[in-house]
Amino acid sequence: MSGAVEESNRRMLRARDAMDRAYAEPLDVPALARIAHVSEAHFTRTFRATFGETPHRYLQRRRVERAMFLLRETDRSVTDICFEVGFGSPGTFSRTFREIVGRSPREYRREAVAAGVPTCFTMAWTRPID
Amino acid sequence: MFNAITHSQIFVLDQDEALDFYVGKLGLEVAADVDMGFMRWLAVSVPGHPERQILLEKPGAPAMSEETAQQVRELVTKGAMGGWLILTTEDCRKTYETLLAKGVEFTEEPTERPYGIDCGLRDPFGNRLRFTQPKG
Repeated sequence: MSGAVEESNRRMLRARDAMDRAYAEPLDVPALARIAHVSEAHFTRTFRATFGETPHRYLQRRRVERAMFLLRETDRSVTDICFEVGFGSPGTFSRTFREIVGRSPREYRREAVAAGVPTCFTMAWTRPID
Repeated sequence: MFNAITHSQIFVLDQDEALDFYVGKLGLEVAADVDMGFMRWLAVSVPGHPERQILLEKPGAPAMSEETAQQVRELVTKGAMGGWLILTTEDCRKTYETLLAKGVEFTEEPTERPYGIDCGLRDPFGNRLRFTQPKG
């Protein structure tokens, strides 16, 4: 039984790594379930049990975190950044960003301070929680 | 007060599998492999640098209860145990290609940073590793 949990955890981690690596790609449940080598029905439930949130929410927060990074560290336009991190439309991006961060992308950009630590740490530690 | 860091530790779930990965794939060398009876002391180091060793420890009784060991194993496989190593390389992209061909699982492709080129991978159990080609 315990071996089964370890195997399941490792598969879910593989799918989560794929979201961290390829967040800008259209990673839907079928694609992630294939990476984890489990059925689609099993995937969302097991991911949530393992990491405490759905894969959809994990990916949204990863994309928003990457958007926050680009808003802080670059001068690129909000629209550019929206597509760069994998959102399909500026409307969805702004709505999701505000829902998670509590401010619009432009407001965030005005107030944000560069983190100045390696990206692997910002990805692990600054992904916004709700 | 202190002179050097000589040993660090990460948890692995199977020491033979860890050897296959850390020595067979990453090219580290065995610094110590001693059957102490109560545990197998298995440490690896960068070739030619035995002064800095990584102990590949298997969680288990009697150091911790079976229940705790199981919790540790589950945290390792969730990527939450904190096993975390950063190595340096002369050529990040070449090392990446070599390891990719050996089936190593990468979490990040070689990326330019202010401090050099680095990338990320996981060991077979879920521990995070990175290697960096420092700038200059």
